[in-house]
Amino acid sequence: MLLLECPYCGAKCEETELSPGGEAHIKRYGPGSSDQDFEAYLFMRENPKGVHFERWRHVYGCGKWFHAARCTQSLEVFGTYAAQTFEPPQEIKDKISAKRPGWSWRDFS
Amino acid sequence: MSQVGCVVTHWIVGNEQDKGIPNAQSKNRIRNHMRRYSAFAIAREGARYHTGWERAWKSSEPKKRYDAIIVGAGGHGLATAYYLGKNHGIKNVAILEKGWLGGGNTGRNTTIIRSNYLQDPSAAIYEKARSLYETMSQDLNYNVMFSPRGVMMLAQTEHEIRGYERTAHANALQGVATEFISPQRVKELVPIINIHGPRYPVLGALWQPRGGTARHDAVAWGYARACSDMGMDIIQQCEVTGVRRDGDKVLGVDTTKGAIDCDKLGVVVAGHSGVLADMAGFRLPIESVALQALVSEPIKPCMDVVVMANTVHGYMSQSDKGEMVIGGGADGYNNYTQRGSFHHIEETVRALVETFPMISRLKMLRQWGGIVDMTGDRSPIISKTPVENMFINCGWGTGGFKAIPGSGWAMAELMAKGASPLADEFTMWRFGEGKFIDESVAAGVAH
Ligand SMILES: Cc1cc2nc3c(=O)[nH]c(=O)nc-3n(C[C@H](O)[C@H](O)[C@H](O)COP(=O)(O)OP(=O)(O)OC[C@H]3O[C@@H](n4cnc5c(N)ncnc54)[C@H](O)[C@@H]3O)c2cc1C
Ligand SMILES: [Zn+2]
Repeated sequence: MLLLECPYCGAKCEETELSPGGEAHIKRYGPGSSDQDFEAYLFMRENPKGVHFERWRHVYGCGKWFHAARCTQSLEVFGTYAAQTFEPPQEIKDKISAKRPGWSWRDFS
Repeated sequence: MSQVGCVVTHWIVGNEQDKGIPNAQSKNRIRNHMRRYSAFAIAREGARYHTGWERAWKSSEPKKRYDAIIVGAGGHGLATAYYLGKNHGIKNVAILEKGWLGGGNTGRNTTIIRSNYLQDPSAAIYEKARSLYETMSQDLNYNVMFSPRGVMMLAQTEHEIRGYERTAHANALQGVATEFISPQRVKELVPIINIHGPRYPVLGALWQPRGGTARHDAVAWGYARACSDMGMDIIQQCEVTGVRRDGDKVLGVDTTKGAIDCDKLGVVVAGHSGVLADMAGFRLPIESVALQALVSEPIKPCMDVVVMANTVHGYMSQSDKGEMVIGGGADGYNNYTQRGSFHHIEETVRALVETFPMISRLKMLRQWGGIVDMTGDRSPIISKTPVENMFINCGWGTGGFKAIPGSGWAMAELMAKGASPLADEFTMWRFGEGKFIDESVAAGVAH
């Protein structure tokens, strides 16, 4: 059972209060982009065994979207952060580095 | 999940030491060819206190090079190796497994076999597989306990009725024997069902009389024995840690037992497909999530068909041991732990208790999870990859046990000849081309 803290209302939510929203920080390619970029945006996924970044929604609470940094191998939660960002905040990256030295995920590390 | 190691998984040493009980050493002596299992063999072994059964397959150490390497000794990997040898004469093959043979999803599923899919390419490969299950015990000389007891998918909403009627018509055109049956017929076939459920009454069902179940471990063991008999190397506790390439061409793999070269590489690792793709430098349209199942205490025979209820997310069958085998929906987020969320079990059991009131007092004995590889259209990938001579078979998600023989057949043909009519539509590039094989509506939960 996952417990994630909503960064907006501060509620410590059990996963049934939340709705998973898939991989985070995906750049949305639209009309005019290359076929390859469009395909990657729609379908290709990191699906890592280890450090991962996801979107979640506090659906049975404040209703807002937020981000979570988790380990898919141990289910450890590194932290949650607001939705309005293109990459994880330094503070979250530092927390991950402390626990998983040398980690990388797409272009982040 | 069952334990490896019951008597039937052993083969027989020669009768050189028929007189008296053979010593322990003779057990390690392995014949070039396996002895057939038969009623006669049981009688013979009975006469010598069952001391003559030998191992069903050899455990090998890796050679330097193979014509083909298969990564993953689940059902799909083993079936691929088997048909490489049997249909295409490629027998210099190694099957590498990081854990133990059949310890992935092949040993964790609820063993439902059916082929009542909506789209033509799906019906073709799943029906090929189902038909191979019909004779698998004879073909492999290994009892996989295929039990075509019938699979029923309940329609519990108006649009499910329409959906299943459409599937029944599609199946008629595809040559897959299914029919849409009335609630009364459902009640006849499954006396313990409550068809007047207050929330979700049973309005009919899609019925495939030749669907059913098989013994999942035996499928892996049977293929392993046949592969070993063809001289293939099954190497357990050998994790692939890297894919070696020369430019865009595959050279071999790095493993925890050293580097191994190969001409062709087949990756068949289900939930770990993304990890292997990452080693080879590409991504897949796949997400790995946990799917769980559970079984009850054994009870007297009460249901001799498989019932699936997709609207309420639950399905159930009764094993030969008498346990009710229960499964539900997959988790919604990436996970590699082979453990799932509690609330999914609660959801599944809650739904089934409404449809089968008599199970409300049953104690549940075991619960487990497997990591399933989900694609966007809920159809598999059997495909070449961006790396030359590297092939991938994955994306079977929550429903690939039923497909094992058909999938192995297609994957072996693809690896041997570069193309297979059964696999053509299942390339990893179909997503970019918009050529989905959309089974996500037809099989919301179904396994
Ligand atoms: C709970 C549950 C219920 C299910 N119910 C059904 C059902 O009723 N009917 C149905 O048709 N399907 C069902 N399925 C789906 C079915 O089990 C799978 O689709 C199928 O077993 C996949 O087989 P596989 O051989 O591809 O994978 P697996 O059996 O998982 O084999 C892959 C193997 O690859 C190995 N591996 C991974 N990484 C490496 C590496 N780096 N190096 C070496 N080896 C590696 C793994 O250890 C594993 O043994 C269910 C699945 C689950 C989890
Ligand atoms: Zn909130």
